[in-house]
Amino acid sequence: MRRLLFIPYIVWMGIFVIIPIGLLVGFSFFDIEDNLTFSNYREFFSWSYLQMSISSFWYAFLITAFTLLVCYPLALIIKQLKLKMFWLFIIILPTWINILLKTYAFIGIFSREGLVNNLAAQLGLPELQLLFSDVAFVIVGVYIFIPFMLLPLFNSINSIDQSMISAAQDLGATRMQVIRKVIFPLSIEGVKAGVQVVFIPALSLFMITRLIAGNKVVTLGTAIEQQFLTAENWGMGSTIGVFLILFMMIIMLFTRTKSKTIGVGRL
Amino acid sequence: MTTVHLTDVHMQYDGNRVLDKFTYTFEAGKFYTILGPSGCGKTTVLKLIGGFIHPTDGEIYFNDKKMNGIDANVRKVNTVFQDYALFPHLNVYENIAFGLRIKKVNKQTIEQKVSRALKLVNLEDFKARDIQALSGGQRQRVAIARAIVNEPSILLLDEPLSALDQNLRIDMQYELKEIQSELGITFIFVTHDQEEALALSDEIIVMDKGKIVQTGTPKDIYDEPLNRYVADFIGESNIVKGTMPEDGVVKIYGKAYECVDGGFKPNAKVDVMLRPEDIVIKPHNHGKINVDVDTVLFRGVHYEISVYDNDGYEWIIHSTVAPTEGQPYSLDFKPEDIHIMLPGEDEESFDKRIEQYEEQLS
Ligand SMILES: Nc1ncnc2c1ncn2[C@@H]1O[C@H](COP(=O)(O)OP(=O)(O)O)[C@@H](O)[C@H]1O
Ligand SMILES: [Mg+2]
Repeated sequence: MRRLLFIPYIVWMGIFVIIPIGLLVGFSFFDIEDNLTFSNYREFFSWSYLQMSISSFWYAFLITAFTLLVCYPLALIIKQLKLKMFWLFIIILPTWINILLKTYAFIGIFSREGLVNNLAAQLGLPELQLLFSDVAFVIVGVYIFIPFMLLPLFNSINSIDQSMISAAQDLGATRMQVIRKVIFPLSIEGVKAGVQVVFIPALSLFMITRLIAGNKVVTLGTAIEQQFLTAENWGMGSTIGVFLILFMMIIMLFTRTKSKTIGVGRL
Repeated sequence: MTTVHLTDVHMQYDGNRVLDKFTYTFEAGKFYTILGPSGCGKTTVLKLIGGFIHPTDGEIYFNDKKMNGIDANVRKVNTVFQDYALFPHLNVYENIAFGLRIKKVNKQTIEQKVSRALKLVNLEDFKARDIQALSGGQRQRVAIARAIVNEPSILLLDEPLSALDQNLRIDMQYELKEIQSELGITFIFVTHDQEEALALSDEIIVMDKGKIVQTGTPKDIYDEPLNRYVADFIGESNIVKGTMPEDGVVKIYGKAYECVDGGFKPNAKVDVMLRPEDIVIKPHNHGKINVDVDTVLFRGVHYEISVYDNDGYEWIIHSTVAPTEGQPYSLDFKPEDIHIMLPGEDEESFDKRIEQYEEQLS
C-alpha cells in the first residue's frame, strides 16, 4: 500500500526530471549535422564560452550580493515592526505578478521617455542611457529576486529568541555588535538558503537579460536561448544546459543547509 | 560597590500596570531575593535594573547616578537569564569570553579570566564543548560564568534554578551562596520558590501583583509575616480568625489567650497565625484547644498531622512524635508563637504600630 503512494511521485520525477535531463545529456553529444561527437564539449571550453560562463557567474553574483545587501537590513527592520507579517506580505505580494509584466514595467521606467529620465530632466540632469545597460539588468534582477531572498532571511532572523539579543546587550554589545556577533551567525542558514534560491535562477536568466540589457550582457541563459531558437544548434544548447546543471549542483552543495539546525535560536 | 535605588517605579505595558510604586534600596554586597508568584512582576524588576526596559514613571539610581534611559550594554550589571540564553553558535569557552571580547580585552587576560570563571563553576573540563552537548545544570553554570567573568557589581538571576531537578537544585543553591560570598557582589535573585528564598537570602522582597508586600530578612518574614498572603506564601501556616480585646490578649473561639502582640484598636478583628512546628500535641484536655486527630503522614524528618478542632477547622501540625489517628488530643502553644496579623495593614503601618507598641511597653 505504501509503495503505491510513491507511484505518482516516481512517475512525475520520471517525466519531468529524469527524462528531460537524459535527453539533454543525449543531445549534447550530437552536432548540428546529427553526428555523434564531443565537439560541443570542446567548443564549450573555448574562450568565448568561458567568457560567457564567467560573465554569467559575475552577474549572478552581483544580483545575489545586492539582493542580500538590500534584504538583510530589510528583514531586520521588518522583525522590529508591530505588523511584521503584514509588511512581509506586502513585500512578497509582487511575486504573484508575472515576471515578464514586471520586466515590461521596468522598460517603461528606464526608457528614454520613462520615469527616471523625466525626473532627471526636471532636475536639469542630462538624459541617462539606462535601458540596455548592465546596471539596469542588475537593478531589475535584484528587484525580482527580493521576495525570494527576504523570506528565508526573515524566517531565520525572526526565529532567533529575543533572549539571545538581550544576553548580548547584557554582555555589553552595541546594536551593531549584536547584529554582527549574534544575529548574523544565528541566521546563517537563512542566508545560505536565500543565496541558493537567488544565485541559481540568476545564473540562467535570459528573458530579462534580453529585454533589459539587450545584447550588453551575454550569459549562459541567453546563449542557450540563442542556440535553440536562432542557431537551431540543439546539441550546443544542450551542452551549455548540461554545464548549467552541473554548476547549479555544485552551488547547492556549497550552500547546503543543515536542516537539523535551521531553527537555531532556541536550544 | 554599587547601591541600587528604585523610587516610585511604575511600569506599564499597553496600559496594563505591571509594577506599581516600587520603592526599594539594594545595598552593595548582599544577597537579595525577589519572591512572588508567576506574573507578579519579578522579571520586570530585573529588566528595569538591567536596563532592558525603562520605567514608565519613577527613578532608578546606581549610587547617585540616575540610570533612566541608560541602556543595558553600558551598565555594570550582568544577568543570568531564566532560560540561560546561551549562544548556540559558540562553545562554552566562547560563550564565557563573549563579554570580554566585546570590551576588546587582550587575549591573555581573556584566557586567564575565563579559566578562573570556569574553575569557579567547576567546568574546567568542558571549555571546548558545544552548548547543545551540556546538561541543564552545566548550562546553568556556563550562564553564571558568562555573567561573572565581566566582574559586574550586581548580578541579576532570573529563576536560574527552576529548570533543574530537585537534587541539583539544592546543590546549586549551596554553590550560588558560595559564589556570592566569594565575589562579595550584590546578587538579586528571582524565584517563586519560598524554600530557595529562605535558604539563600540576606533580604527577601515579597511581591504580589506588581507591588512589594513585605521586605525583611528570611527570619523576619517567616516569623512575622505581614498578612495572610505572606504567611501562606512563606512556609505552611494555620490561620484562624480572632479578636484583640486588649494588648497582649487574643480571643480565639471565644477563649482568651496570652500573646505578645499589641497596638491595635480595642476588639480589632485579626488573623491569628500559628506555624505547624510551633504547636505541641498534648493529651486530651491538657492543652489549649481540644482536637481530634484525622491523619498522620510520615514526612521523613517529621510527621505531618492533620487535626480538626471542635468548630470543625483543620489544623496542620509538624511533630516528631506521632499521635494515634482518630483519637482526641489537645493543642498547646506558647504566647510568643502566636502571630497576630491585621488584615489590610501595609508594611509601613505595621512597622509604625510595632514601634509604638514597643515604646509603650518600655
Ligand atoms: N513585553 C511585555 N508586554 C506586555 N506585557 C508584559 C510584557 N512583559 C511582561 N508582561 C506582563 O507583565 C506581568 C509581569 O510579568 P513578569 O515580570 O515577567 O512576571 P514574573 O517574572 O513575576 O513571572 C505579566 O502579567 C506579564 O504578562
Ligand atoms: Mg519571570
